[in-house]
Order: sequence, then C-alpha cells, then structure tokens
Amino acid sequence: MIQGLLDGVLVGSVLSLGAIGLTMVMHTLRFANFSHAELLSIGAYVALVSDAVFSAVLQPLQNIISPFSMTWALALSIPVSLIITGLTAVAIDRFIFKRIRDNGEELSMVFASFGVALIIRNLIGLVFGLKTQLYSDDIVMAIILSTDPLLLIKPDQLLVLGITCIIMVLLHLVLTHTTFGYSLRAVAENPSLAQVVGVNLSKMVTMTWVIGGGLAAAAGILYGLNNQISPIIGKNLVLPIFAATIVGGIGSIYGAVLGGFIVGIASSFALLVLPSGYSPSVPFLIIICVLFLRPNGLFGEARV
Amino acid sequence: MTEDILEIERLTAGYVRGLPILKDVSLKLARESVTVIIGPNGAGKSTLIKAIAGIVRVTSGTIMLRGKDISGILPHEMAKHSIAYVPQSDNVFRTLSIIKNLELVLKNSRESTSQRIEELFSQFPIIREKQKEKAGSLSGGQRQILAVAMALCNRPEIILMDEPSAGLSPKAAQGVLEFARALTREGVSILLVEQNVNQALRLSDYCYILAEGKNQLDGMASELLEDPIVGQIYLGGKRVVET
Amino acid sequence: MIGVISYLVFFTTIAAILAIAVLGLNLQWGNTGLFNGGVAAFFGAGAYATILLGGTPQGEHIGGFEIFYPLALAGGALCAGLLAWMVGLLTLKLRHDYLAIATFGVAVAFESFVRNTSVMTGGALGLRGFERPLEALIENPFLYNILFLLVVVLVLASVYVFLQKLLHAPFGRLLRAIREDETAAQSLGKNPSEVRLTAFIVGSVIMGLAGGLYATFYAFISPQDVVPTLTFQIWAMLIVGGAGNNLGALVGTFLIWAVWTGSGWCLSKYAPVEAQIYTGTLQYILIGAIIVSMLLWRPQGIFPEKLVISQSGD
Ligand SMILES: Nc1ncnc2c1ncn2[C@@H]1O[C@H](COP(=O)(O)OP(=O)(O)OP(=O)(O)O)[C@@H](O)[C@H]1O
Ligand SMILES: [Mg+2]
Repeated sequence: MIQGLLDGVLVGSVLSLGAIGLTMVMHTLRFANFSHAELLSIGAYVALVSDAVFSAVLQPLQNIISPFSMTWALALSIPVSLIITGLTAVAIDRFIFKRIRDNGEELSMVFASFGVALIIRNLIGLVFGLKTQLYSDDIVMAIILSTDPLLLIKPDQLLVLGITCIIMVLLHLVLTHTTFGYSLRAVAENPSLAQVVGVNLSKMVTMTWVIGGGLAAAAGILYGLNNQISPIIGKNLVLPIFAATIVGGIGSIYGAVLGGFIVGIASSFALLVLPSGYSPSVPFLIIICVLFLRPNGLFGEARV
Repeated sequence: MTEDILEIERLTAGYVRGLPILKDVSLKLARESVTVIIGPNGAGKSTLIKAIAGIVRVTSGTIMLRGKDISGILPHEMAKHSIAYVPQSDNVFRTLSIIKNLELVLKNSRESTSQRIEELFSQFPIIREKQKEKAGSLSGGQRQILAVAMALCNRPEIILMDEPSAGLSPKAAQGVLEFARALTREGVSILLVEQNVNQALRLSDYCYILAEGKNQLDGMASELLEDPIVGQIYLGGKRVVET
Repeated sequence: MIGVISYLVFFTTIAAILAIAVLGLNLQWGNTGLFNGGVAAFFGAGAYATILLGGTPQGEHIGGFEIFYPLALAGGALCAGLLAWMVGLLTLKLRHDYLAIATFGVAVAFESFVRNTSVMTGGALGLRGFERPLEALIENPFLYNILFLLVVVLVLASVYVFLQKLLHAPFGRLLRAIREDETAAQSLGKNPSEVRLTAFIVGSVIMGLAGGLYATFYAFISPQDVVPTLTFQIWAMLIVGGAGNNLGALVGTFLIWAVWTGSGWCLSKYAPVEAQIYTGTLQYILIGAIIVSMLLWRPQGIFPEKLVISQSGD
C-alpha cells in the first residue's frame, strides 16, 4: 500500500512536469497538443546522446555520483537537454503550428499535433532503433526503508523527487515574483488583454514553448532514470499527462502539478485491483470521473 | 476646431479574410476632444476601436496618428504611440491582484512604478483600499475604475474606451463620462463608444453614427442632440437606411 | 488475370468500407467541427459487437448470439453510437480540447479492454470463426467477394445519399451555423450542445457500421485492427480529400488507401531485409507527413467544401 503510494509519487512527478508545460500551451494556444509527450522522448534521447559525448570527451565524467547511478556526464547533460528540447519545441511551433495558426486554421492544430507526434516518434525509432536503452547499466541497490511492510526505495528515485521539487519551487518563484511570471499568467488568463497592456504575445508564446519543452525534457530524463528509454515513451505518457491537466483544470499550473501526482498515485493503486493489462485505460477512467464530478478540474475556470 | 490627432480614412477591416466588418469608415478625432461613436448592436463600433488598437486586421485605408500611418501596429506597441485602450469586457486580469494589474501595465514604463501607482491610488482611492485583492473580486464599477486606471498608467495622449459605462448605474455612468471630460483638460483626447446616447452626447464634442460597418452620419454632438432624425432613430428604434 | 481482379475486388472492398467511416468522420469534423481522436474505438465497437451478436457460440466465451445478420450489424452500429453518447454527453459542453482528449482516451481504453477481456473479446487472439451471411450458399469465394463488394458499395451509397440529404435539410444548415458561430446559433433558439451531440452520435454510428462490415468481411476481428493507426489513416483520408466535402472524402479514401497499401508493398519488395522491421515506422512517418503538409499547404484539401457564406445585405 505504502509502496504503491511511493511508486505513484514517482510516476506522478514525471507526469506533473510534463503536464505543466502542456497545460500552459493548451491554455495560451487553445489546442490539445498531442505532440507534447514526444518532447519527453526528445529530452530523454538528447540526454542519452549528450551523456555519451561528455563521457567520450572527458573520461573523469564517467564517474558515478554515489550513491546514485547517475554519472557526472549525465548530470551535465540535463541542462543541455532542457535547452535543446526547449528550442526544439520553439522550432516546431515556428515551422508548423504558428503557420497553421496564421492560416486561420486554429481548429486543425490538433490534427497537426498528431501528425507531428507520429513524425517525431517514428524518426526517433528510425535513428535510435526500436529497442529500449538505459542511461546506466549499473544496478544500484535499493535502500530498505522497512521490512514489514516491505518498503524499498532506490537512491535514484529520491534524486528524481529532489530534482522535481527544486524545479517546481523555481517555477513557483518565477511565476509569483517576476514581471515575466505575471505576464505569463496574464497571457494565460486573457491573451488579448495582455497584448493591450503591452505584453508581447509572440514572445510569451515562445517562452511558453521554451519552458514547456524544458520541463518535458526534465520529465523525460527522470522517467528514463527510473525506467527505460524507448521511442514509445511519448505514446505511453500522452494520455496520463492529458489526464493530469484535466484533473488540475486546463490552464492551471498548480492544478497540473497536483493532477500529475493524483494520476500517478491513482494509477499505481489501480494496479492493486485491476490486472496490469488494463493499466493504459486508467487515465481515461480518471478523465471520465473528473468530467463527471468536476468538469473544469480542481482549479480550472469555465471557458470564457 | 483644433487640429486632429487621429485621422481615419476609408478604413476596411475585419476578423476573417474576405469578410470585412468595417467598410470605408472615416473618422477624425480632434485633439483634446471627446468624440463618441454610437450605433446599433453589431454595427462595428468595437471593431473600429480594435482596428485602431491593432487587434483587428486592416485590409485597406489609413489610420494617421499625428500625420503618421499607424495601421497594422502591434497591439503591444500601442503604449509607445501613446494610445491606451479600455476594452468593452474582460478589461482587467481577474486572477491577479489590483496592484499586480497596474504593475503589469507599467512594466515597460520609464517612470518609477511605485510612484506612478501611488499617484493613481490618490486619484482613485477606492482601488487603494483593495490593492491586495484579486481584481475578480471587485464590483462592476470598481472594475471599470481599475480598467481606466490601467489605461492612464502610461500617460497616454489618446484613450479608446469601449462602452465604459456599460453595466453601471446611471450615476456611476455619469461619473465615468464626466471623468473622461475632465481628462481632456489634461491634454488627453478621447474616442468613446457609448450606448447611453443621450448622456454621451451631452458630454462629448463630436459624434459619429455607425451602422452595418459604414459611416451613417456625423456632426457636433450638440447639434445631433437636437436633430429630429437622430432622436427618432434612438427613440423609435428604427435603423438607419442608406440613401 | 483473375488474380489481379480478385486483388482489385479486395482492395475496393476495404477502401469502400473505410470510406464509410470517413463519411462518418466528415459529419463530425467536416460539417460540425467536432474532433474525434478515437475513430478506431467507434469502428472497433461496431466490429466487435457485430461479431459478438451475429456469431456462433464458442466454448466459454460470452457472445455468439447468432442474431440475424442485418440486426447484428445494426446492433454493432448502435453500440458505437452508445459509446459516442457517453463520451459526448460528458465533453460536448466543455471547450473543444476536452472532446479531443476524451475521444483519444476512449480509443486507448477500448484497445486495452479488447486485449485483456479474453472471455468476451478473445484477447490478443481476437474473435475467429464468424460465419459470414450466405457464405454457405455461395460456394465460389470469388463470386462471394464480388457480391460482398456490391453490398458494401450499396451501403456506402446509401450512407452518402443519407448524409447529402441531411446536409441540405435544415439540420445541415444548423450544423454549419453552430460550427461557424455558436452564439448566433444559440440565438436561433437551438441548443448547440444537443445538436452537436446528435451529429457526433450519428457520425459514430456510421463508423460502427463500417467496423461491422470490416469484421464481417474478414470474418475475424482482433485488437490489431483497432490500433490508433486506423484513426490516423481515416483522418489523412478526410484531410486529403477535403473536410466538409463528401465527394472529396471518397476520393481521399481511395487515394490514401492506395498510398498506404502501395508503400507497404514497395517497402516489403524493395527495402533490404534488415530494414523490414521499420516498415511500420516509415509508413507512420509518411502518414504524419501527409497530414502535416496538407494542413500547411492545402488545408482545404483537394476538394474544398463549397462555402455558403450566409451574409445578409449587400
Ligand atoms: N472575434 C470576432 N470574430 C468574428 N466576427 C466578429 C468578432 N467580433 C465581432 N464580430 C462580428 O463583427 C460585427 C461587428 O461587431 P462589433 O463587436 O464591432 O459590434 P458593436 O458595434 O461593438 O456591437 P455592440 O453594441 O453589441 O458592442 C458583428 O457582426 C460581429 O458578429
Ligand atoms: Mg461593442
């Protein structure tokens, strides 16, 4: 039971990071972006490549940061991946979504996002192969927190939680204490008024993609640390991340954080009662429950 | 009459390509005047204001500001041109506190933000009392005051107001219009959309009547107030028919 | 020669079945502006339900009710409609992202349901051993397939005529009004979310019908047939053909189906053996690229909708 909670929180932290960016994009650009989860894959693979490059160039970086399985090279790869993934997200918007918006085909953007997702996912498969990969082959022993009931936690999992917390606190500070943060919230609430009071909307859209992409990359790397890296990370996580945004209410950043943890924990508990084959459908059941009980999510506002 | 600060010539603009809402609309705003635009619902009054603000796409025509064409400006650059715009609805950020609303408008300002906010607070004491509260918690009238205060932040020369008195009590509506009048004495020129035709005409200098996206009639406010045709339209509710 | 004809019959049958589903999607997306991310689920619901209702009992399985075939087919379509009703009721009053996500979710949940609920759906193996109607009477399989094709084309034609009639009836005008200006439609005294729900359900029933025919044709259905690929293919068909235009939808279907089967054939024939496992990967990229490039460069499709701009005056 408690082990389930622990696992759920871990999955939840990945979902939260993914959902924050997604909810921001969905709210400012008003479309369900089905390619967001592919940014997690991009982040995970960029870190994989960058890890290999750092290790090859500077041997000492191959040392493990004990007690984790993470090497210094991988640690350095995290910021690299955040930046590259954020810029990739901006590029995708520039070349595809923005042009469709400018054509006045906003409603079609959801189709485009599926097309983009298909292309990214399968290009990754083509380049890196369809097999799964790991950041590190070293097996790090789990720490036994208690024997009855048996509770295990790996140092890497604590690391994941730690990094998630740091990122979220940073984001919170930016949102509540900087003009940039206020502008972002203003855009989320009322984009046209934001422009009227002097906020440069296209700059904010770019920043939304940078942040969304960066957080997605972090989520992808953390997912890869705990699980395996494969081209279908995005395919597997797209629905849970959407569920997290709906639970929290589309547009609510804090809702997305909470929604991520709720979906993570609920999915992990669902495994206790449902055969594991059904687990892909759990996010859908959560979505249905939320729509039934509280259509606008925990923090969402009705459509304006 | 004094010179015109804003001069719109044969403006055509709309939301969807190929479907103009405004057709060949012309309008002049005299410096330090209150000019009011009236017309039936859907006439394109808000669209005209939005076209000036750069929110609606202009397909042809010119918007001359102090002799320079500003059609097609980006809305976030309005303040640079000393224009402020108070939208018809949703004109404050409900989820932000009052003080944050003001700070946001002042973020590109060269003045000291806190000093300017202090000035505005002494001008509008009611929003000082509630400065830490979310703007969503304000009453309709208070929200309108905040919206006007936001428009004043960057000391604009032109304020575009879209139905500032909508939803207010007659007394509060009168207050808003009188305030607009008072602003002209500080050198501000005001372009106003109004539904309270009678009240608005009494307090403005010049008036344009718009219907179906076209100019119908214009003249000195005091003259239109006496005009039997205008009276008939707005009392009998008949639409202006093109001749 | 007979081989070529027989392949053409096969190709046309599948394409015509898919065309029915594309017409269903066109009612939802093209005419009403409703995004459906779970076409495969509605198609699959029709397919599975048709086989369960019309099939023969098999061992321990639930299903195999041996219902008279046309009724089984109708039952299948109805099941798809029921699924649409449930999803639509919950999402159509909310902003459009919700429908997109929920329909996508339905497809994921449906696939995991049929994969795992072996007592009913046969799990990963699927449902086999369906006796196709009249197959016992017509001994020549070639002749049977031609007859089957005729029936499918007949159904396709009826659906087509039905939809054209619907679109020219007041209901069709209402759909367009709602798609273009919700508030204006509301002021006509119609409840937009009810009208949209109706359109969504009718579209899904049509997809279910296509699914039923598909399962009947193969006398077999498995989770492999209801994977998201199907949804993407059907979208590509509609987008290429031209959303809103039923004739365009038909042309788009045959075009994309030819591209899909053709590319699969080429890859299996000319690609090196080591690359064969990437056939699916390449085809996905192709479909994704078709969708994206159409939206970028020809969003109205090959056959644009004939826009009736309802503008008063002038
Ligand atoms: N965002 C929009 N997209 C498309 N059409 C719009 C939009 N906003 C307004 N319109 C259309 O433009 C026309 C003029 O609208 P506008 O808001 O300018 O009228 P108005 O004169 O301000 O009316 P009101 O007195 O009701 O405020 C109307 O036909 C309206 O349907
Ligand atoms: Mg208006």
